[in-house]
Amino acid sequence: MTKAKVDKPVNNGVNVEALFGAQEALKSAPEAAKFKWRATVQWIKGTHSRSTVESFYGLGAEQKHKSKFAFDADHPEIFAAEDNAATPVEIVLAGLASCLTAGVAAVAQARKVQLRFVSATLEAGMDICGILGVDEDVRNGFDGIKVTYKIDADASPEDIKAIVAQSQKRSAVYDIITNPTNVTVEVA
Amino acid sequence: MRTTAVVIGAGQSGLAMSWWLAARSIDHVVLERGEIANTWRTERWPSLTLLTPNWQSRLPGFGYEGDDPDGFRTMPETISFIERYARLVSPPLRTHCRVTLVRRTADGYEVVTGQGTWHCKAVVLATGGFNIANLPKVSEAAPPAITQLTPAQYRNPESLEKGGVLVVGAAATGAQLADEIHRSGRPVTLAAGEHVRATRMYRGRDIQWWMDATGLNDERYDQVENLTRARNLPSFQLAGYPDRRDIDLNALTSLGVKLVGRLAGIRDGKAQFSGSLRNVCELADLKLKRLLNRIDEWAAENGLSDAVDPPHRPEPTRIEASPPLGLDFVKAGIRMIVWATGFRPDYSWLDVPVLDRKGNIRHDGGVVTEAPGMYVMGLTFLRRRKSSLIDGAGDDARDLSAHLAAHLGARSAGVGAAAADA
Repeated sequence: MTKAKVDKPVNNGVNVEALFGAQEALKSAPEAAKFKWRATVQWIKGTHSRSTVESFYGLGAEQKHKSKFAFDADHPEIFAAEDNAATPVEIVLAGLASCLTAGVAAVAQARKVQLRFVSATLEAGMDICGILGVDEDVRNGFDGIKVTYKIDADASPEDIKAIVAQSQKRSAVYDIITNPTNVTVEVA
Repeated sequence: MRTTAVVIGAGQSGLAMSWWLAARSIDHVVLERGEIANTWRTERWPSLTLLTPNWQSRLPGFGYEGDDPDGFRTMPETISFIERYARLVSPPLRTHCRVTLVRRTADGYEVVTGQGTWHCKAVVLATGGFNIANLPKVSEAAPPAITQLTPAQYRNPESLEKGGVLVVGAAATGAQLADEIHRSGRPVTLAAGEHVRATRMYRGRDIQWWMDATGLNDERYDQVENLTRARNLPSFQLAGYPDRRDIDLNALTSLGVKLVGRLAGIRDGKAQFSGSLRNVCELADLKLKRLLNRIDEWAAENGLSDAVDPPHRPEPTRIEASPPLGLDFVKAGIRMIVWATGFRPDYSWLDVPVLDRKGNIRHDGGVVTEAPGMYVMGLTFLRRRKSSLIDGAGDDARDLSAHLAAHLGARSAGVGAAAADA
């Protein structure tokens, strides 16, 4: 149990000093913490569409990604579609997976734990009687999401569990999925 | 009126401070809005017992003398304990003297009360950290037919209507109220966000015995890794019942309490619960395990391993496979909501710009550095982990009174009259 290893600098590729610096800076400038995230979508054909993200707002100014990122979405052939891309619900799972995994890396770095391997599989159940309008009592969305991590790191199994738990606690997408959000959709 | 120091509040903190100021021969007055131990007297429910054992309430020059050191004080016992301490300290006390304004003056502070105005060089805010029950914004969305209560208004289960009760919050208060309300035959649904699980007994000793013996309760504010987090942590899920029973989530669900996630919203007559219940329970289980590991290590290092019961680990928190994410108040038969969502201090009378944007006072271990001569007491992890316990008042009062004395000394020295306050 004792960690009698040589003090090798832990590097998970996360600059936690910068994050802690931001934490301190935002305490005195809470307005800088207000961000706006944006996406644009274009319908292509059928259930196929392409979303792009480029600009966002934060730290009191307009910001831009290094390049424009695009995400295609479609539905599989068993939905009588062309399967040009992932389904939107899979993109939601990918968002959750990436958010939690980024959190694992950051929390591990802050706790001075070297990660060697991190992988997770996600599975979400859904009864499509909801989206098809077959049964009004069935919700459209997932009936639950199961995330299973495999992690190899310089830490005890308990410490690894604690890192994964803390990552959920600090995850934006986890919060977005587990808590309700007001959504306003308008036609301009 | 003029005095050197004004202490606002005559609870355990104000009285301990008065004891130390007297010991340091600092002229002062203690102002109390009501009677001694007023918060305990008027703003807590009658069945509340202290969460710390009798032996643990140690105040400067005073301690437990009865024959049940491991028992837990009832409210009347707590009030009379503090009254007895007040008789010992016999502070220069003004009761029924509500402070309406504190502001800076050229050479200190002005304290305006219903019984006149004091001018002083130092002021100690010993009004406590738990004055106003938090009522989250979501409460405004509750259906009008639902009765809403805070723990400050709550008296006992019998005074509640018959029917289901949603208890929001699973710290000590929420867990205790869930326990006693459910036992009264009113089915409780408990909405739990992040919480701190504890067991009353561990290895045959009270958890507070361990917290005290290991030095965890004495851990200082400048020693903890993340002070903001330590100060914002919910209280231990503990009660001081004579049978020493636990009131953790497993104990509550064993009684039949329905466990749901954090209350995330109320919409169209339905409560919405967060899907994060599994994670907050995992966080609490891991945190408790770390505490018990630390206790075991300490016991081993101090040769106590054989003197106490063998270690054990509590069963992980049990959660149903798919905890409900929503609840229709009418269909579920819920008639009441109890908001056990924490307390905050009341500084409405404080006209000195020392509050942060959340309304908390900025201080360094109780020293309000932006307002020289101002001190605060009794807040969570003010100077030590035990700062909000009765047991913490003495050490904090000793340290802060020493700082206060040095402040007066420095001031006097500055105007060339070192003995002025002696």
